[in-house]
Amino acid sequence: MRDRLIGHVRRVVGPVVEMDGVADAQMLELVYVGADRLVGEVVRLYGEEATIQVYEDTTGLRPGAAVYGSGEPLSVELGPGLVGGIYDGVQRPLDELRRLTGDFVTKGVDAPALDREKRWTFRPSLTAPCDVRGGAVLGVVQETAFLEHRILAPPGVSGRVTEIRPEGEYTVDDVVATVETASGRQEIRLHQKWPVRQGRPYAERLPQTMPLITGQRVLDTLFPVARGGAVVVPGGFGTGKTMVQQALAKWCDADIVVYIGCGERGNEMTGVLTDFPKLVDPRTGRSLMERTILIANTSNMPVAAREASIYTGITIAEYFRDMGYDVAVMADSTSRWAEALRELSGRMEEMPAEEGFPAYLATRLAEFYERAGMVRTLSGQEASITTIGAVSPPGGDFSEPVTQHTKRFIRTFWALDRQLANARHYPAVSWMESYSEYVDDVAGWWGEKTNGEWRELRTGIMSVMQREARLEQVVKLVGADVLPDSQRLVLEAAELFKNAFLQQNAYDAIDAYCGVEKQYLMLKIIVTYYTRGGEAIRRGATLASLRKMKVMRDVMQMKFECGNEDVARLESILTRLEKSIDELANVFARRRSDVTA
Amino acid sequence: MSSQTYSLDVGPTSPLNDREYVGLRELSGPILAVEGIHDVGYNELVEVTDGQGRVRLGMTLEVSRGAAVVQVFEGTAGLRLSDTRVRFRGEPLSVTTSLEILGRVFDGLGRPIDGGPEPVGEQRDVNGLPVNPTARDFPRKFIQTGISAIDGMNTLVRGQKLPIFSGSGLPHRLLVSQITRQAKIVGEDAPFAVVFAGMGIKHDEAMFYLRTFEESGAMQRVAAFLSLADAPSVERLITPRAALTVAEYLAFDAGMHVLVLLTDMTNYCEAVREISTQRQGIPSRKGYPGYLYSDLASIYERAGMLTGRPGSITQVPVVTMPNDDISHPVPDLSGYITEGQIVLERDLHQRGVYPPIAGLPSLSRLMKDGIGEGMTRADHAHLASQLFAGYAKVKEIRALASVIGEEELTPLDNRYLQFGEAFEREFLSQRIDEDRTIEQTLALGWKALSVLPREELHRITEEEYRTYHEQGA
Repeated sequence: MRDRLIGHVRRVVGPVVEMDGVADAQMLELVYVGADRLVGEVVRLYGEEATIQVYEDTTGLRPGAAVYGSGEPLSVELGPGLVGGIYDGVQRPLDELRRLTGDFVTKGVDAPALDREKRWTFRPSLTAPCDVRGGAVLGVVQETAFLEHRILAPPGVSGRVTEIRPEGEYTVDDVVATVETASGRQEIRLHQKWPVRQGRPYAERLPQTMPLITGQRVLDTLFPVARGGAVVVPGGFGTGKTMVQQALAKWCDADIVVYIGCGERGNEMTGVLTDFPKLVDPRTGRSLMERTILIANTSNMPVAAREASIYTGITIAEYFRDMGYDVAVMADSTSRWAEALRELSGRMEEMPAEEGFPAYLATRLAEFYERAGMVRTLSGQEASITTIGAVSPPGGDFSEPVTQHTKRFIRTFWALDRQLANARHYPAVSWMESYSEYVDDVAGWWGEKTNGEWRELRTGIMSVMQREARLEQVVKLVGADVLPDSQRLVLEAAELFKNAFLQQNAYDAIDAYCGVEKQYLMLKIIVTYYTRGGEAIRRGATLASLRKMKVMRDVMQMKFECGNEDVARLESILTRLEKSIDELANVFARRRSDVTA
Repeated sequence: MSSQTYSLDVGPTSPLNDREYVGLRELSGPILAVEGIHDVGYNELVEVTDGQGRVRLGMTLEVSRGAAVVQVFEGTAGLRLSDTRVRFRGEPLSVTTSLEILGRVFDGLGRPIDGGPEPVGEQRDVNGLPVNPTARDFPRKFIQTGISAIDGMNTLVRGQKLPIFSGSGLPHRLLVSQITRQAKIVGEDAPFAVVFAGMGIKHDEAMFYLRTFEESGAMQRVAAFLSLADAPSVERLITPRAALTVAEYLAFDAGMHVLVLLTDMTNYCEAVREISTQRQGIPSRKGYPGYLYSDLASIYERAGMLTGRPGSITQVPVVTMPNDDISHPVPDLSGYITEGQIVLERDLHQRGVYPPIAGLPSLSRLMKDGIGEGMTRADHAHLASQLFAGYAKVKEIRALASVIGEEELTPLDNRYLQFGEAFEREFLSQRIDEDRTIEQTLALGWKALSVLPREELHRITEEEYRTYHEQGA
C-alpha cells in the first residue's frame, strides 16, 4: 500500500474529522486516521484543510493524530470468493473479523475482502496472442456448482493479450493474463478493484421486457417489476418490509442476489445467515447462499460505513452483471442510508433542506437507482440489475422526503399498509396504493405464458377490487345486508381474492413460492367465480348457494394444497367450479321458469 | 504525534499539570468549553471539580486543537468560569463489572447509592462494541410470561428486544413487574439476573419496582441503575449504557440469562434532544436530532445471544407515547429497531381490561421462530393468526355498529361481536398474579374462537379444528 502522510487531525466531531496541513490529498481518497488506522474517506478539500468521514468509532481519537492517504478512492475487491460472503459497509469480511477480534467488532482491524490463500481453478477462454477490449471474458472460475465466475478484462483495458496462463490453480492475487495496451503493459489478476461511487460501464441500455419473477402472487400478478427495473417498498414499522425483501431474496429468479442490510437489526442478518444456507434454490436445487452476497451494516455499526454500504453492494452487483448475469439488489432500508447522509451532513455543518436532509438527497437517490437497468454488457451479453429499495417513513407517512424523492426514480411502488399488517394479511401490499409502470412492458411475456389471457384477467380482478373499495364506503354506512346479491358478489369475490390469492404464507412449505402457471390458474379460478357467478345470479341463483358450492373449499385451500407442479389439480378445480356454477344456474333458472309457469 | 509541535493558546484555561486545567471559556446548559488544552480524545471521560471541591463527571463531545466541548452529566449548576478545574482521564467512561453488582443499587452513572461499598471488578467502557452479526445466535427460545396476550399472540423469546408502548396513566408498571415475576423458560433452571435502568422516573415509581423485586425474592439477582426524575437529565445518556455494559458481562462472561428493563426511553430521548439543542444541532422531527435512530440503535441492539456462549440479554424497554401518539418520533424510531412492540390501549384500560394489550398493533417479530411443535404447540401459529384476523373483523364491525346500530347487523356480525367480547374478557383479561401456562392460554384462545362458525376460520386447518375445537367448546 502506498501510504503517505497527508495531514493531521484538527477537530473530531463523531464520525466527522477535520484535518489541517493538507498538502496532497484527493477528493474521495481512502485514508487511515491515527495510530489505530481508522478507515475514512476525504469528502471535502478546502485549501490546506480537509474533512474526512470515518467508517469506524472515533472514541479516543485526538487532535494532532496523523492521517495517511492510500492514493486510491474507496473501492471494492471483485473476484472469486464473493458469493456466500458477508461483509460490512466497506467490504470488510465479517466472518474473518470475527476470527481476528472475537464476537464484537473492534476498531482498526482490517482484513482483505477476498481470501488471499484460497486457490481457484482458472480455465482460460482465449489463447494468446489475441486482441481484447475491456469487459472481455479472459477465462472462468467455477465458483459454486452453478456459478461460473467469469474473469473479465477490467473496463478500459484494451489491447493485445500477450500471455494467458494455462488451466490451473491460482489465488486471487495471481496474474492470469498480460495485456499490451496503448499506455503500456497491464497485468490482469484473478481479482480487480473498482471505486464504489462510480458506476461500471456497459455498452448500451436495453428495453425491459421480462419480469423478475418473485413467486409472490401479489407482486408478480398485480404489480410486476421488470428485470432491470427499480422498485421501492415503503412501510411503517411492523408492516413487513423486511419480510418482503427476504421473500424476494429467497425466491426471485435472479442469478445473483446482493442483500444490503443497511442500518437494520443484527438479528435479521443472523436470520438470513441461518436460514439461507438451509433453503434450496428451486431452480438449481442448491443452497440459496450459493447465489447470495450479504452486506451487513447493522444499525449500531458506524454510521459512515452505512452511507457507503449501498454503493459497496451495487458495485458488486454491477460486477456480476458485467459477466452476463441477472442480479437483484435488495437495500433494506434506504431510509437509514438517507439518515446516515443527514447525520454526516449535519456534522459537516452543511445547510439542511427538507427535514434536515441535505439538498443533494434526491441527486444521491437518483444516482443509486439509476445503476439498475437492463443492459448490453461490454462483452455483448444481455444482463440486468433490478433494485428493490425499502423505505421506512417516519410515522408511516409517505409524504416524507425519502419516500417522495425515491418515487421519482422508480417505476414500481409496493406500498405496505398498516391496516393489512394489523389483520396479519401478509404480504401487506396495498392493492389500492401500489402501482407498476412495467405492466405494459411485461404483458407480452405474461401473455405467452397464459394463452394471452393475463392482461384481461389482471384488469378484471383489479376492477373487482376497485368496485369493492367503492362499495365498502356504502357498507360502512348501511351494512352489507341491504345490497343486492349482484353487488354482494363483488364483496365476496374481493374477499376470496384477498384470502385465497393475495395472502401468502411465507412459512408454508407449498405456499411460500408460487410459480407462474399456478398464479395464472389461481387468478383464472377466482375471476371465473366472479364472472360466471355473476351470470348465475342474473339467472336467479343466490349468493348463498354460490358460497355453499362444495368446490369452494378447494378454492379456498388451493394455495396450500396444490403444488407448483400440480397444474392438473388446479385445472380440475377450474372445471369443477365452472360445472358447479352452471348446474346451480340451471337449477335456479328452472325454478324461476317453474314459478312463472 | 507530539504535543510540542503546537504552541498552547493562552486562553482563560491554564494547565495545572499534564492532564488537568483550571478555568473555562464557556458554560451553557449542561455543556462547558475549555481552551488551551492538548492531547484530549473524543468521547473521553472528564472530571470537573468546582470551587468547593465537589467532583462531577463529564465526557468530551467534540475535540479540536487546543479546545474541547464537554457535557457534564451532573449539570453545571454552581460552576464558575474562573475556578472550575477540569481533568481529562484519557479513557472513556466505564462501569465496574463483576458478580458483586448483583443485589445493589447504583446512580445513573454506576456509583453505588445503597450505602454499600464500591464493588470491585473489571472496568468496562459503557459504550460497548457492536456485535458482529456473524457471531449472533438467532433467538428462538420461548419465554413463558404467563400472560396470554403476550404468550399467545406476541410471544417473547430469549434474546429479543420487545418494548412496551404505553401512555401516561396506563398500567405498564404492573405489566413490567408481572413479566419480571413470572417470566421463565418452561422446564429449564438456568441462572438468571435482572438489570434495571430507571431513567427520569419518579421516586415512588422506582420504589415500586425495587419493592417488586424484593417481594418476589429476586433482589439478590437484580442490579438497579437509577437516574430519577430530579437527577440532571444528561446523566440519563449514560444510565442505559452502564446497565447494558453490566448486562453484557452477566450474560456473556458469567453465562446468565439477563432480563434488562429500561424505563422510560422517552425520558432518555428527551435528554438526547436537550444536548443536541444545546449544541445547536440541526433538528429533524419534533426537535429530536437526526442521529436519534442510530443513538437508540446503539442501546436496543445490545440485546441478543452469541453463538457458543451460554447467556442471553432480553430487553423489555418501556416507551411512553406522548399523547398516546404511536407516530411520535420516540415510539416510531423504537419500533423500527426493536423486534416488535406490546402496545397498551387506553380504551381497553378504561373498560377495565387488564392487561390492556392492544390486539392489533402489538407484534412480536421473533414469535414465528419461538413457537410451534416442540416449543409451544403445533397449532399455535395458526391459532394466533386466526385470533388476529377475527379481532380485526371485530374492530370493523364495531365501527360499523356505531354508525348503523347493532340491530342492523347480520347474524354473523353479531357472532363476531360475541367473539370480541369473549376474547377481551376471557383471553386478554387476567389477574395481576395470574400465571397461565401456555396450554391454558391456547385453550382460552380456542374457547374464544368457538363462538365463530367453522367457515369463518380460514387460517385453521381441518386437523387443528378437529383436535382442538372440542377442547375449546
